[in-house]
Amino acid sequence: MTIADKPSTTDAPIAQESSGFVGTDDRVRSRDSAVLRMSEAEVGELSLDPTHELGESKMLINMGPSHPSTHGVLRLMLELEGETVLRSKPVIGYLHTGMEKTGEQLTYLQGCTNVTRMDYASPLFTELAFSLAVESLLDMDIPERATWIRMMMCELNRMASHLLFMATNGMDLGAVSMMIYGWREREPLLRFFEKVTGLRMNHNYIRPGGVAADLPDGWQDDLVEYLDAVEERLEEYDILMTGQPIWRERLQGVGVLNEAECLALGVTGPLLRASGSSWDLRRDMPYLVYDQVDFDVLVGSYGDSFDRYAIRLNEIRESMRIVRQCIERMPSGDYRAQDKKVTPPPRARIDESMEALIHHFKIFTEGYKVPAGEAYAAVESPRGELGVYIVSDGSSTPYRMHVRAPSFVNLQALPHLMENGLLADAVAVISSVDPIMGEVDR
Amino acid sequence: MSDDATDVAVDEAEDTEAAPSVELLYGVPVAEAFGQRVLFPDLDGYIELLAELREQGFGQVVDLCVVDYLQHERTDLPATVGGERFEIVVNLISHARRERIRVRVQAADGVEVPSLFDLYPGTEAMEREAFDMFGTVFSDHPDMSRILMPEEWSGHPLRKDYEIGRIPVQFKGAPSQG
Repeated sequence: MTIADKPSTTDAPIAQESSGFVGTDDRVRSRDSAVLRMSEAEVGELSLDPTHELGESKMLINMGPSHPSTHGVLRLMLELEGETVLRSKPVIGYLHTGMEKTGEQLTYLQGCTNVTRMDYASPLFTELAFSLAVESLLDMDIPERATWIRMMMCELNRMASHLLFMATNGMDLGAVSMMIYGWREREPLLRFFEKVTGLRMNHNYIRPGGVAADLPDGWQDDLVEYLDAVEERLEEYDILMTGQPIWRERLQGVGVLNEAECLALGVTGPLLRASGSSWDLRRDMPYLVYDQVDFDVLVGSYGDSFDRYAIRLNEIRESMRIVRQCIERMPSGDYRAQDKKVTPPPRARIDESMEALIHHFKIFTEGYKVPAGEAYAAVESPRGELGVYIVSDGSSTPYRMHVRAPSFVNLQALPHLMENGLLADAVAVISSVDPIMGEVDR
Repeated sequence: MSDDATDVAVDEAEDTEAAPSVELLYGVPVAEAFGQRVLFPDLDGYIELLAELREQGFGQVVDLCVVDYLQHERTDLPATVGGERFEIVVNLISHARRERIRVRVQAADGVEVPSLFDLYPGTEAMEREAFDMFGTVFSDHPDMSRILMPEEWSGHPLRKDYEIGRIPVQFKGAPSQG
């Protein structure tokens, strides 16, 4: 593990990147044979025929969609020789509910309730990306306090998501006590979210124009107490897992992906950083006020499952650093823009002003109109680049809403990661990609 | 200078008069949308442009999606670009230049779009999704099949003329009531 402090702005990285990229091609191409490009029907037929064309020593088997280590409903079709995985294909779509189509029916105000259900482990990030896209179409300024609240809540959510990863990763690899610890540390965060947003998940908290509610009294004390407790717990994780020989045996050298492959396959987030590429949207293309806080971008050196685990563990620590700075520097002011056309008026105004009552009624019945145009906004979610592309035709519902889900793209790397590995390592690999199927299938 | 050359020059002058705001970048019309540059190549120049962008350091295709502009009035296109029903939107990123660029290509219904798989293998799943949702066929794609909908599904759900809620939810194998 190394830490890259500052973005390097010299010409050197350009040369590095392009030379790396030329080298990529060979490796991506040579590993392209690891992708099993067959339809479900073909695989079904072949797997029933004992003398199939692949040869007697090879076997086609199905894993999932209901398998405890597939994190929901991921299904894999695997071609095995003995215990070695030769080719594989992720089969997805079991959670597909047409959320992009639904998004075209909902107003911009209702849109957040829809997108928040995509990545259910880090719902605030999808809300944020959606809100940023809508706000750039509206050409709207957000009060400072709202921006800081958004940033703090997102970092807390990143912690919750990575803690969930710690829990499931531990469980998948047989460190079952880690599962309990991960859930235990995540629980107070969900309680804090409930206190702030009213819900433990699917918050609908970050909305175009700001956030839904101000932080409750005493929020600083809750957080400081929690952060102090977690800091010690993370040390315990290091003892329990990081330095433990069995843990390292299971993860080191398993599922290696190099930087060039990541770029070619569209892979982002901890997987990309594990491969040695120092790329984090929070630092390299800052949104919100990430350029005003101190944090490090963690970079791995081997690109294996252990690096991905270590990066996520230490990103929890970096998020804690950001949250502490937010607690210290949280500005006062409004928690949402006072734009009568976009945000509902304060409750007290409705009793006093006819105009406020009309605005309130209009916003919640027909929504607000967004100028025609198209915008793409991206944030660094715990899983990688999460982007929302919105095309507006000037009405109060999006003409097209597309979500660039990091898990969806990262899953493409699975066959490459599992090639020539053991079946038991496949579980470690799926776990280290950390896909959230709600986001994959949308 | 021959007469032909002058004619061309005059034609160009007339073109720019008719559409004074069309700027070119890498030889295709370019526009700006909220701090990100958007390129509008035609379908023939699409692969060439993407190859050029890859040379220029745009090493990753972050996103590829399709928009169905069935009843939409196209006002946001540069004057020289004719709108078609479908538009393929490709978002690229350059880590070295810390820059995003977007490519929007127009494609009529039923027209095959060349696949980016050879240039950017990461577009495989995205193009499959675009095919699944909109029926846009990408030529030279290694596995042009559905990805989210069941393999035997008919129709492409995100098309604007695909009705919502047409298929009632069925619970197969559930015991019937009474």
